[in-house]
This record gives sequence, structure tokens and C-alpha cells, in this order.
Amino acid sequence: MDWLTTVDHKKIGILYLIAGGFFFLVGGLEALLIRIQLWKPLNDFVSADTYNELITMHGTTMIFLAAMPMLFALMNAVVPLQIGARDVAFPFVNALGFWTFFFGAVLLNVSWFTSTGAPAAGWTAYAPLSGPAFSTGHGMDYYVLGLQIAGIGTLIGGINFLVTIINMRAPGMTFMRMPMFTWASFITSALILFAFPALAVGLAALMFDRVFDANFFDPNNGGNAVLWEHIFWIFGHPEVYILILPAFGVISEVISTFSRKRLFGYSSMVFATILIGFLGFMVWAHHMFTTGLGPVANALFSIATMLIAVPTGIKIFNWIFTMWGGSIKFTSANLYAVGFIPTFVMGGVTGVMLAAAPADFQYHDTYFVVAHFHYVIVGGLILGIFSGLHYWWPKMFGRILNETLGKWTFWMFYIGFHLTFFIQHFLGLLGMPRRIWTYLDGLGFNEMNLISTIGAIMMGIGTIMFILNVVITNAKPQNAADDPWEDGRTLEWTIPSPPPEYNFKQTPLVRGYDAYWKEKMDGHKGMTPAEPIGSIHMPSPSILPFTMSLGLFITGFGLMYSRDWTFITEHIGFYIAGLGLLITFGSMFLRSVYDDHGFHIEPEELEDKGVKA
Amino acid sequence: MMNRWQFLKRLTPLLALMVLVLSACGRADLSALNPQGPVAQEQFGLMKLAFSIMIGVVVVVFALCLFVIVRFRRRRGDKSIPKQVEGSHKLEIIWTVIPIILLIILGVPTVQSVFNLSKDHSNDPDAVKVIVTSHQYWWEFEYPELGIKTAQELVIPKGKIITIEAKTADVLHSFWVPSLAGKIDTNPGGNANRMYFSAPKEGVYLGKCAELCGPSHGLMDFKVKSVDDASFDRWAAALQKPVAMPSDPVVAAAFESKCLVCHAVGDKGGPLYPNLTGIGSRDSVGGILINTDDPKYSNEGSTYDNLHRWIENPDDIKPGNLMGKIDLTQQELDGIAKYLSELTLDNEK
Ligand code: HEM
Ligand SMILES: [Cu+2]
Repeated sequence: MDWLTTVDHKKIGILYLIAGGFFFLVGGLEALLIRIQLWKPLNDFVSADTYNELITMHGTTMIFLAAMPMLFALMNAVVPLQIGARDVAFPFVNALGFWTFFFGAVLLNVSWFTSTGAPAAGWTAYAPLSGPAFSTGHGMDYYVLGLQIAGIGTLIGGINFLVTIINMRAPGMTFMRMPMFTWASFITSALILFAFPALAVGLAALMFDRVFDANFFDPNNGGNAVLWEHIFWIFGHPEVYILILPAFGVISEVISTFSRKRLFGYSSMVFATILIGFLGFMVWAHHMFTTGLGPVANALFSIATMLIAVPTGIKIFNWIFTMWGGSIKFTSANLYAVGFIPTFVMGGVTGVMLAAAPADFQYHDTYFVVAHFHYVIVGGLILGIFSGLHYWWPKMFGRILNETLGKWTFWMFYIGFHLTFFIQHFLGLLGMPRRIWTYLDGLGFNEMNLISTIGAIMMGIGTIMFILNVVITNAKPQNAADDPWEDGRTLEWTIPSPPPEYNFKQTPLVRGYDAYWKEKMDGHKGMTPAEPIGSIHMPSPSILPFTMSLGLFITGFGLMYSRDWTFITEHIGFYIAGLGLLITFGSMFLRSVYDDHGFHIEPEELEDKGVKA
Repeated sequence: MMNRWQFLKRLTPLLALMVLVLSACGRADLSALNPQGPVAQEQFGLMKLAFSIMIGVVVVVFALCLFVIVRFRRRRGDKSIPKQVEGSHKLEIIWTVIPIILLIILGVPTVQSVFNLSKDHSNDPDAVKVIVTSHQYWWEFEYPELGIKTAQELVIPKGKIITIEAKTADVLHSFWVPSLAGKIDTNPGGNANRMYFSAPKEGVYLGKCAELCGPSHGLMDFKVKSVDDASFDRWAAALQKPVAMPSDPVVAAAFESKCLVCHAVGDKGGPLYPNLTGIGSRDSVGGILINTDDPKYSNEGSTYDNLHRWIENPDDIKPGNLMGKIDLTQQELDGIAKYLSELTLDNEK
């Protein structure tokens, strides 16, 4: 019950982690099934329809339901601590963001258990295949409504972080003193603010096509299928940077901590992050070189895309030079971070290769692209998340993950990863298109596909090893030190692990970049407080975020089946949808009229609570 | 600075070697690394350029990484604190400028090639025009100047420029012949895309659909057959001749009433689904059942066997295709398969 009503950013972070971790397993299982289907030619382990459902749900799940929430988990767990805040700006909204994501995700996955099956038009859902004429059944309805509801959660979560970072920084924490992870979270949130409304509009239009017979994307009735491609990628490409920037942030923190050195070229790192975010919006049509936009558009988008390599290169070299001259300790967290660099570089260079439009006429929609984006998404983002989890685990849970097992896990996962995806570059160049259910014998694809499948199984084993580590660690006593890595540089390491509800007994005074490190170097034990000990105001827990999201979930359901369900009366789905909205708006109404002032923690209580339990 | 360039120079033989190894890769009729025509050749040139630059970048970064990891790893019990370096403008400018130079080296030929490959040859009197229409899950090829239509196998005169007008009858597909040209999407709703290519050598090249289009997307293969001018003319002429019906009247009746409602042969039948004229001369049935008298793989068989398999249950071969199971007696089935397998074009001479 506690977990259903919490508005504490640390607990919400853990909720995001559990839910995101769960969907990571679901997406991973789907990936394994895909790879099993492809391990030999003309295999019929799954049917063609099931295969397309698997690829669609794998992509959608990994991007929206696994990667995003796991990043939100880290952002929730860490950002307020790094800037010296007691919570996020809108704790209630934060909880609402989690619950809408969660119910959207559940809604999407319910589709597996329905008679018409899961969506099967690819995670990009290109029209007209995703429209009512070619995707009969309800699969795509689940996609449209599930993502719409989950997207609301992401959008309000992003806005919350923007406001938090702008408004809640401790005294002295200027923008140019903010840790890199906070910076990255800030830019990511800004990208969310601009990109997700595009997705919402696209999904709404597709919903109108599907549920209410509109014709936005139906060319036979004056609609335009290419319009969907534009809308999708105007959201979709920034989304890719929404994912990768926080991973960049994690890497910056981890590398600098375990090299005992400050981040090399901090201000150019900040600048590069902003530039990547900005350019991320300018390059969407590089996914559409073969759509036939004409040579002028193709040339411009080629060049714009290539430009992103410049700020990305700046970041790579800055990381390497952070390690240069340092004293590098290879903890599990740092293995992931160091392993990230060459892997991401490889994903980056194939990105530049893809950006050359005439060559992309060959690469596009082949396994070369599959290899490319998995090098960035798995080799970049997932390694970044693993690195961040090992690094902040003691702060989140008060226990250090088993280091030996952690290193074994890393090698298993890392080798499996390269085995899976490196070879796919060549599969693509030799003529294997992506998203194919099976391939003919004798085309020369057999051995490489087999190797790829073996690699995928190794990654699966690696993931299980990680879970094992979590379980083992959880059985140990909660005894992590405040600064368990001993070389902590930022504010989160100045408070107990896990932090008390109110984070900072006294808001710290920040005197420079890498605030805690600076105090340590000046011979101080901890931060200088910026305020006397006083009573701390806390927000009350509330069940309303949960009920609001539940209402949306019910609405989604009703809308989908508005045409089929005719028991009792015609269009009963619309009544159910109405009921859902009633619950949501009712909860909003309650929230507005009921004046909740929260509660206070008094100085006396602080004394007992401050001592670690 | 000097060192850096020398380093790159030393790298060139290695790069050249890699490129050589790569260029011999894959089946000549399928691989983008083994181009068989000028368009694919040009794309491959750009790929080689990008690849060489990128290998250079990767090698430099990996070498730096490796050096740093080995040289600066913490020794046991080391409590010393390294110098806290803020950054270095000089270095940062270097690694901003070098990538920009590399990108210019890649960007200029990219832009040239974009414009070069988008040339419109549709008014060129020497070019052969083909209207490609994609369907779930088969390809229709119409030669408007010759007034003929065929399916699954695009026959072209070797060496001539072929200009494609690509459309779709249903969802998005993408027309792709890796060893001859790149791909172009087929968009619904009147906006046709154009592409051109040519095949200087005779041969059969494999083509594929590259845009997710439904359950049988991965099975939507076709062939491009490049032949000499005279054969091409004979083929085009043969395609226009009327075709005799099956000799057995029972089979003929079944064929006319159950097949020709959708398909056409010669001047009879409907234009809805693949034109079957000359199907006995094609390399495959349905694009994926390869016709051969010496089958090695389970997707191969004689023309008769393949036709028999297909007609018996098309959904087994290509799930979700629109033909569906046709209600035929065993005699009708055998007879139709036999008739079609003998329905060749007498264009070889
Ligand atoms: C140097 C940075 C990058 C460059 C230059 C780049 C370039 C490209 C290009 C040109 C394509 C289109 C390929 C095609 O469809 O033929 C593409 C596809 C893709 N990229 Fe990137 N990219 C970069 C970074 C990233 C990152 C950081 C991610 C994810 C975290 C990512 C994920 C993807 C995905 C998912 C696709 C596949 C889209 C699809 O067809 O479904 N990319 N990239
Ligand atoms: Cu297709």
C-alpha cells in the first residue's frame, strides 16, 4: 500500500526500476524468441504472424517500457540528490508519471492475451500497414492507446525534471557546477518536452483513423501515408537522443569517479550535450532517405546527420582524457563505463556511414541498420544503465552489488553482445533485409545467423546473472557507507545510503564544481550547511495518481472495443471509456478541492532519523 | 600533428587490404559488396570511402583507449591523487577540427552522388521504362512502351538504362536489388518514386522487398534477369502471343473458372493477380520456390513440383497471401500444375 501511494522520488525511482527491469526481461525474452526463429534457414519455430508481433513488441517494449523507465529510475534516484534538493518539484506529478507509464505498459502487453494478438506493424507503425484496412483486429489499437497513456507519463515526468533542475538547486549550485548526469537529464527532459507532443499528435491521429474512421493516413481517401513517417521520426529521432544522453551522463560520472579525476573539458561536455540535443531535432529524415523526398532533402539531411559526429567525438575524447593521467579502478560499474566507449564509437561510425544517403540506399532496412542501432542502444544505453546501476546501487539500496559476480556478468554480457551484433553488419551488406521472419537456404546467411543467436543466448545468461546478483545482494545487511566508492565527487555521496526521506537534513552550500570532492580536498569532512536545522516540510502520500492512471487504462480499453461489445446495449465500449474518464477526472477534482498541506518533520525527529537504522 | 598523419599513412595498406577482402564478399547476385552494375558500383565506392575513414577513426580511438587503460590502471593500495586537469583548449580544438575535415572528405562525394543517382532518365529515348507495382506479396512489372505486363521476374536488356517508376497497390514496400542498385520505397497514393539502374552483364540478380509489409514480407523476393537485346525482343514478342488452354477439357474448365478470374495468360483472364504467361520459363514460383531439376535445399524443386506445392496450399508457402486455398480435385491440381509448368515462352533460340 505504501508503494501505491508514495510520492517520494527515491521510492518512485525504485518503482521505475522494478517495472522497467520487468519489461526489460519481457523484451529480452521476445528478442530470444526472435533469434531462435532465425538460428537456421526456413525455420518455423514461430509463425510469420507471431514473428511480426514479436519484433513489434520487442522494439516497442525495449524503447518505451524498458530503456525509458530504467533511465527515469536513475534520474529519480539521483538527480534531486545531485543538486542538493529534498525532492522533485512536483512529487504528486512524479507519482502520476510513474503510474500512467505503468498502466500504459500493462495495457500494451495485455494485447498478447487477446484473440487478435499483439500489434504487428513494427515499432515504427508505418501507415497504411498500421491502419484499419491492413491491421484488422485490435493489436494496433493496443499500440496506439498503450503508448499514448505511457507517453503522458513520460511527458509529465520530463517537465517535472526540467522544473526541478531549474528551481530546486542548492545554494551555490550554478548551472555550470551541475554534475554531468544532471546536465544530461536536463537536456533529455527538454527533448522530451519537444518530442513527445509530436508522438501524442501522431498517435491521436492514428487513433482517429482506427477507432473513428478518419483518414489522416489513408491515401485512398485523401490521407497521406508519408505524413506518418514524418510525424513518427520527428518524435523518433530525438527519442534516440532522449535515451542516449542520460547514458552519456552516467558514463561521465563513473569514469571520473573511478579515475579519481575531474571530468576533462567539462564546459565543452555541456556544450556538446546541448548541441547533440539540438541537432537531434534536425535530422529525422535520415530515416527516410529511400522514401523519395528528392535529392535536395536527402543531401541536407545527410550533412546535418554527419555533423552530430562532431559533438559526439568531443565527448568520446574528453572521456578518454579524463582517464589519461588518472588512477583507474576497474569496479564493475567502471568496466561497463570503459566498455561503453569503444562500443559506442563503433555504433557512431556506422551512424556516419548510414548518413551518406546513396550508401543508405543499400543499408536501409537491412541487418546493417539492426547492427548499428543495437550498437548504440545496447552497447551505449544498456551498458550505461548497467554502469549506473552498479554505481548507484549502494546509494539506492544501501548495499553494494557483488563485485566478482558483477565482473563475470559484464564479460558474459559484453562478449555475447559483440557476438550477436558485430556479425550482423555483414549480414546486412550481403543482402539480408531486416524484419524478415525467415530466410532461404543457400544464400550464405546461415552461419552468421547461428553465431548471432549464440551471442544472444549469452546476453540472456548475463542478464540472469545480474538478477542473481540482485537477489544475493538483497539478502545481505544494509551496510553501505555514505561514500562507498571512497572517491565520490558529487552531493549524493555526502548523505547516508540509502538517504532518509528528506535527503538532506540541512541543505548544503555548494562552493564549486564537484562539490563534495572540493570539500574533501580542502580537508573538510562534509558539506557546509546553507541553513540551520529546522522543521522540514514533506508532501503527503496519495492514492490519486494511481486512480487517475487506472481511469485512463479503463478508458483505453473501452475505446478499443467500442465497436465489438454490444451486450446490454450498442457501443458499450464508449460507456466504459466514459466511466474511465470519470474516474480520472473525479480524482483530479478531489485533488483540486482537498487542500493537503503535507506534514512536517521536526528537528527532534531528525536527530533520531538521521542516525542510520 | 605530423605523427598523426604518418600514422594514418601507415594504416592505408591495412585499409586497402580490408576493402579488398570485403569486395570479394557475398554472392555476386545478391551482395551489396559485390556490385554488378554502375549504380551499385557508385554506391559501393561511397561505402568504401566511408568505411576507410571510419576504420581509421576506430583504430585511433581503440589504440588510445587501450593505452590509457593499461598505462593508468590503479596499482594496489595506491592512495595518490592525480592532478585535477580542467581541460585543454588546444586538444579540444584538435578533436573538433579533425572530424570536421573527415566529414568534408565524406560529405562532398556524398552530395555529388545523391544528385547523380537521382537523375531522371524517364524521357531518355534509349532507356527502357518499367512501372513497378508492389503488392502483398508479389511484384508486377509493366513495360508501358511495349504494352506488356509480367510478374515476379523483371527481364531487362543488358547494358541499357532501366528507369523505374515505383508504386504500390496496397501498403509500403521497397524495391531492392542489392547487386545492381539500392532500394526505393513504393508509396501508396499516386506519388511514384523514380530510380534507374543498368546491368552490363547477363545474369539473374536477386531482388527483395525491404519494407515491412505484413507476415510474408520476408518472402517477397523477385528476380531481375538481364539478357541480350535480341533475346529481350523475342521475349517481349513471345509474351504478347495468345496462349493455348490445357488440352484436357476437365482441367481446362477448372483452370478457366477457378484461376483465370484473377490471373491472366496470354490474352485471357483477369489482371488482378500475377500474370502467368510464360510461368514455366521463370526461375521460381512465388519468388521463393526455386525451380531446379537438381534440388539442394528444401525451398527448391522442379517447376512442376513447385507449382504443385504452391497451388495445393499457397498459405503454407507465403502466409497471409491473398490467393487462398483453391478448391480443386487431385486430377485438376495435377493437370493445372503440369499445364503451367509447360507454359514456357518460346523465346530462346
Ligand atoms: C553519431 C550518432 C548517430 C548517427 C550519425 C545515427 C544515424 C542513423 C541513421 C542515418 C539511421 C537511418 C538508417 C536507416 O534506416 O537506414 C539510423 C537509424 C537508427 N538509429 Fe541512429 N544514429 C546515431 C545515434 C543513434 C543513437 C544514439 C541511437 C539510440 C540510442 C540510435 C538509434 C537508431 C535506431 C533505433 C535506428 C533504426 C530506425 C529504424 O529503421 O527502425 N542512433 N541512425
Ligand atoms: Cu513488401
